[in-house]
Amino acid sequence: MKFHRLVLACAAGLALISFAARAQLTVEITGAGANRLPVAIADFTGERMVSQALTSVIRADLERSGLFRLVDAGGALADSATPPFEDLKTRGADAVVGGSVATSADGRYETRVRLSDVPKQAVLGNPAYLHTGAQLRATAHRIADFIYEKLTGEPGVFSTRIAYVVKSTGRFELKIADADGSNDQAALASREPIISPAWSPDGGKLAYVSFEAKKPVVYVHDLASGRRHVAANFKGSNSAPAWSPDGKQLAVVLTKDGSSQLYIVNADGSGVTRIATSSGIDTEPRWSPDGQFIYFTSDRGGSPQIYRIASSGGNAERVTFEGSYNVTPRPSPDGKSLAFIARNGGRFQLALMDLATKQTQMLTDSAKDESPSFAPNGRMILYATEIGGRGVLAAVSSDGRVKQKLSVQAADVREPAWGPLVR
Amino acid sequence: MRAHLVSLSVLSALALLLTGCGSQPPAPEQDAAGVESRTPGAVRVDTSPVTRVQPEAFDPASIAALKDPRSPLSKRSVYFEYDSYVVKDEFQALLTAHGKFLSANPKMKMLIQGNADERGSREYNLALGQKRADAVRKALALLGAKEEQIEAVSLGEEKPACSESTEECWAKNRRGDMLYTGEF
Repeated sequence: MKFHRLVLACAAGLALISFAARAQLTVEITGAGANRLPVAIADFTGERMVSQALTSVIRADLERSGLFRLVDAGGALADSATPPFEDLKTRGADAVVGGSVATSADGRYETRVRLSDVPKQAVLGNPAYLHTGAQLRATAHRIADFIYEKLTGEPGVFSTRIAYVVKSTGRFELKIADADGSNDQAALASREPIISPAWSPDGGKLAYVSFEAKKPVVYVHDLASGRRHVAANFKGSNSAPAWSPDGKQLAVVLTKDGSSQLYIVNADGSGVTRIATSSGIDTEPRWSPDGQFIYFTSDRGGSPQIYRIASSGGNAERVTFEGSYNVTPRPSPDGKSLAFIARNGGRFQLALMDLATKQTQMLTDSAKDESPSFAPNGRMILYATEIGGRGVLAAVSSDGRVKQKLSVQAADVREPAWGPLVR
Repeated sequence: MRAHLVSLSVLSALALLLTGCGSQPPAPEQDAAGVESRTPGAVRVDTSPVTRVQPEAFDPASIAALKDPRSPLSKRSVYFEYDSYVVKDEFQALLTAHGKFLSANPKMKMLIQGNADERGSREYNLALGQKRADAVRKALALLGAKEEQIEAVSLGEEKPACSESTEECWAKNRRGDMLYTGEF
């Protein structure tokens, strides 16, 4: 529904929305966590009357996270029924989910779920959801989020969305899809490159850099209306937008006064102020989640390294010291660690630094990693890499154990950005 | 099909220039960097309409010289070494010709697009491309071009002239391109 309005609003403007090229991202799990929690997701009673199985989406979500091992429940289980705990114990399940789907009075569906602890034979929660047939996948993601949060203590990110850029011959598309790669929609199609998409903290807007004016210009694109405005188009290049945590400002890189330098503009494009000064390159700004610091890449010390500066101004403090190329800083949602790209013997790899101890761990062994983006719960990091000469997205857990590959057939995928939690 | 469109738009831009119309044509869906992408340093031009209206004597400061393969002005690309933003001596003569041309034609505007090879971060490469565009801009300003005539921008690694992962190819992408009014 939202996207229908998007089409109408954009067809008139320069930005083109397209439902063409149903080239969906497919997710492949290439590594899993060491201690996966065994969980049984039984088929829900009444599930067959809805066209698409709820429980298969829930199972796929949990499995993809790498934190769960799916155990066969041995048959359908209603939310109202007492689970066969002894049998489930023999099957090795630590938790079990049962549920039922019924039509509600207004023609929608009511899905009721019960999550139980098998060893304790105790109910952990029993939420209910009212939804239409079209909201089936969304409902399944909500249920998976509920299960994930109850069993791990962290919020689930199955209901979140991701943005990325697909390059096919002579065409660039800025796409938005569910975190599992389904429901992909193009927010913008262009013959010129699109880079650096960044989600507003409320998930309603994307800032990005488009080259449609034969130079880089920063736009802010409202996803519900499809309308967009120029946030920075000064003489020279305009790039690397980053949202302030309150969503009111953007840190951007401008060259209007010489080399690439950091500025802050209001999200509507007004009120530009410079926040740092160097004689070389300052770029790739990112706010810390508490808004106190801005992390960025600078070559002020002779090689590209990561620095941070108080968002109120002041002196820059160097953050990375090892190696001669450390770029693209991305603070974790809890502000405790920093993901970035390090050149390691000619290979560009995803690294994670504990900001308190400054200890750095390489998370990948690939060669062309770019553009890391944390899941909003901090558990996974989505990034772009290259496999067989083709751009793909990959995700790795912040402990390096869980690995996924997200690719589109016959196209280059790059510039991923994981959207915020949906509340 | 696409190459056709590009050469058509080059021709129409040329026609406008030759008839003395200085205004920019309605932004065609052209691939600006593509104009330069086939043989670096040479602009591909269908010579037949050029010869028809070409002046008898070759005038190095005339607008027609921009497209005349005999003129240094027809060459638009400056190549850089790896991790370098210094204009090499071999391009000084070329920049002198363009600097003098801009100085003699104050209404002409130029967009300098800097480029970088694909290795590393896209945004950092955008900044590196900007340094190359700036090096060209500063050289032209020293030679008499006015600040308001020239804009230095970067395409980073996004519009490679060559797309293989080889040193030969990367060298072609470490480049600044000079585009005149009507060409961007």
